[in-house]
Amino acid sequence: MKDDNASNKHGPESGEVSAAPDKADDHGRYLFDNPRNVKRLLICFYVSLGILLLVDLLVHKHPNFGWEKWPEFYAVFGFVACVALVVAAKYILRPLVKRSEDYYD
Amino acid sequence: MIDPVPPALVFVAGALLVPFFKGNLKRAYLLALPVISFINLVSFSKGVHWTLPFLDYELVLARVDGLSLIFGYIFHLISFIAIIYALHVEDDLQHVAGLVYAGSAVGVVFSGDLFTFFVFWEMLTVASIFLIWTRRTRAAAGAGFRYLLVHSAGGLCLLAGIVLHVNQTGSISFDFIGLGGPGSYLIFLGFGLNCAWPVLHPWLTDAYPEATITGTIFLSAFTTKAAVYALARAFPGTGALIWIGAAMTCFPIFYAVIENDLRRVLAYSLINQVGFMVCGIGIGTHLAINGAVAHAFNDILFKALLFMAMGAVMYRTGKINGTDLGGLYRTMPLTCIFCMVGAASISAFPLFSGFVSKSMVMEAAAEGHMRIVWFMLLFASAGVFHHAGIKIPYFAFFSHDSGLRPREAPTHMLTAMGLTAALCIFIGSFPGYLYGLLPYPVEYVPYTAAHVVSQTQLLFFSALAFTLLLLSGIYPAEMRCVNLDADWFYRKGGRLFLFVMDRTFNGLNSVCDRYLAVGFARALGRFSQDAVARLSVYALASLWALVGVSGTRLEVRKRKVYENVRKGTLPVGLGAAMAAVFIMLLFLLSR
Repeated sequence: MKDDNASNKHGPESGEVSAAPDKADDHGRYLFDNPRNVKRLLICFYVSLGILLLVDLLVHKHPNFGWEKWPEFYAVFGFVACVALVVAAKYILRPLVKRSEDYYD
Repeated sequence: MIDPVPPALVFVAGALLVPFFKGNLKRAYLLALPVISFINLVSFSKGVHWTLPFLDYELVLARVDGLSLIFGYIFHLISFIAIIYALHVEDDLQHVAGLVYAGSAVGVVFSGDLFTFFVFWEMLTVASIFLIWTRRTRAAAGAGFRYLLVHSAGGLCLLAGIVLHVNQTGSISFDFIGLGGPGSYLIFLGFGLNCAWPVLHPWLTDAYPEATITGTIFLSAFTTKAAVYALARAFPGTGALIWIGAAMTCFPIFYAVIENDLRRVLAYSLINQVGFMVCGIGIGTHLAINGAVAHAFNDILFKALLFMAMGAVMYRTGKINGTDLGGLYRTMPLTCIFCMVGAASISAFPLFSGFVSKSMVMEAAAEGHMRIVWFMLLFASAGVFHHAGIKIPYFAFFSHDSGLRPREAPTHMLTAMGLTAALCIFIGSFPGYLYGLLPYPVEYVPYTAAHVVSQTQLLFFSALAFTLLLLSGIYPAEMRCVNLDADWFYRKGGRLFLFVMDRTFNGLNSVCDRYLAVGFARALGRFSQDAVARLSVYALASLWALVGVSGTRLEVRKRKVYENVRKGTLPVGLGAAMAAVFIMLLFLLSR
C-alpha cells in the first residue's frame, strides 16, 4: 500500500537524476576510465608502501611499549587488523545479523 | 557595550523569528544568528554569570570556563556551516528545529546547575526529532518515534538520578559527580544513552540515516558531543569509561564494513569516534581530557564534512546505498575531493585534523600502561580508515560505474564543504591554534618522525589490505539488507509487547462482550418478557380452571394471554384484573 514510500525510502528531496543513456559515450573521457591510469595509481601506491617500509628502519623511535620497537610493527598490524576485520565482518557478523530489507516492515 | 545575554538565548529566541522572514532576507538572517551568538559568547569573561534564584537554589545560565568555551566555539562554528549547507531548504520547520537544537546544545555546555542543564538536555531531544520527522517518509516517522521513546527513557533516568543526587548532596550545582550513590549511576546512564554507549546506541544508527539531508549535519554534531561534554564535566577519570569507550571504538567498525546505506556507515563511525573521546575522559589525565575534547572538536568538523558529502550525493542522485552508487567522481569532482579530505581527517592522516587529536588519547593510554585498551584503540584506528576512510569515498565516487551523471553539488553546499575541509587541513597542519583552546596546557607534540611514519604505515597497509581484498573478491559485496543490532530487542520486543497486550486485553474485551454485553443482556431481556407472560398464564389458567374452562378453549386462551402480555397488548380490563390478581398474590405471599 505504501509502495511509493518504500521505494522512495531514500527518496530525493530535490535533485535531478541524469543517468547517462550510453556509458560507452564517455569511455575514456574521465580519469579512471583508462585502465592505464588505474595501473599507474596502483604502482605509485605500491612504491610508496616500499618507501614506508624502508623509512621505518631509519627512523629513531621512542616507544611506550616494547613491541613498538619491532621493525615494521605498524605495517604488519595495519594489514593484519584490516584483514581480520573484513574476514570477521563477512564470515561471522554478516551471517548472524543479515536479514531481508523489509525485515522490520 | 551591552551586557551579554545567556549564551543559548540568541539561537533559541532567534529561531522563533525565522518564519517572519522571506527569501534572501531569511538566508541573511539565518547566517547572522550564529555570528551574533558568537559575538555574544566571546564578550563573556570567564566565570559565572546570569545566576537566578529559584526556590531554595540558584540557577546558573552561563558558567564560562575552558571546557565549556571550546564546546561553545565549535557548536557555533558547526551551526554556521550547517546553515550554509541548508540554505536551499524552504521548510521553516527544519530551520527552526536546527537553530533551537543548536541553542539547546549551547545551553547544555554553559549551564552551571543541574536543573538548567536538564531543561536544555531535553530540548536537545525535542528539537532534534523534528530534523528526523521533516524528512516526511514512513521510515523517518518510525525512526523518529523510536528515537523519541529511547530518549524519553534516557531523560527520565537522568531526571531520577538528578533528583536522588540533589537530595543526597543538597546542591544542584553541575560539577564533578563521580560514581557514588545510586543517583550518580542513573545520571551516568542518562549521559551514556546520549553518548551512544554499546547496546544503548541503536537510536543513533537507526535515526540519523533517516533524517533530512541537512538535518543530519546538525544531528551528527550536537547530541553525542553534548554528552561527551557532560561526561568530561561530571565523570572525568571514571575507570568504567575507559572500557566503555574502547568497546565503542571497536564494535561499530564490523557493522560499518557490511552496511550498505553510506550514511549509516557514517553513523557507525560516529560511535567509533565518540569512543575515543569517552575512553580519553575515562583515563582522566590532563593529556587524555585534552585529547578527548580536541577530538570532539575535530570530529564535529570531519564527520559533518563526510555527512555533507554524502548528503550532496543524495541531494543530486536521490540514492545513498552503496549498491546504487559508484563512479560519481566523474561529474562531482569537488564533492569527491572534499569527501576525501574528510576521509583523510577521520583516518588521522598526517596534516589532517584527526592526526593531532586521536593520537593524544592513544598516547594517554600508553602513558597509563593500558596495553589492551591501547591495542583496541589501534585496531579501531586501522578499522576507521577502512570503513570511513576508504569505503565511503570508494563506493560513492569510484568503484563500479553506476551510470549516474549527476551535476556537481550546488554552490552553497560546496561552500560549506570547502570551508570545513579547509578547517580540517588547517587544524591538522597548525595544531597550535586548537591546542591553545583546550582546557589544560598542552605539552604534546604530534609531529615527530616516529609518529608520522608509524601512523602512515598503519594507514597505508590498511589500504593495502583493502586493495588486495577487493581485487581478490573477498571484500564483502554491498547488499541490500537489514543488519540486526541491539534495537532488535525493542523493535521486535515492542511487537511482542503489542501482541501480548492485544491478545490479553482484546481477548478480555471480546469475552466480556460475548458473555456480558450481548449474552447476559439478551437473557435478561428475554427473562423479563417471558417470565411475566408465563406468570400471567399460570395465574389466569388457575382462575379459568376454577370457572370451568378446559380443553382446547383453555389452550387458546392461554396462548392468547401469553402473546398479549409478551407484546404488551392486553385489553385494559384484563390488564387491570391481572394487576389486581398480582396485588392479591403479593398480599397473600407477604403475610
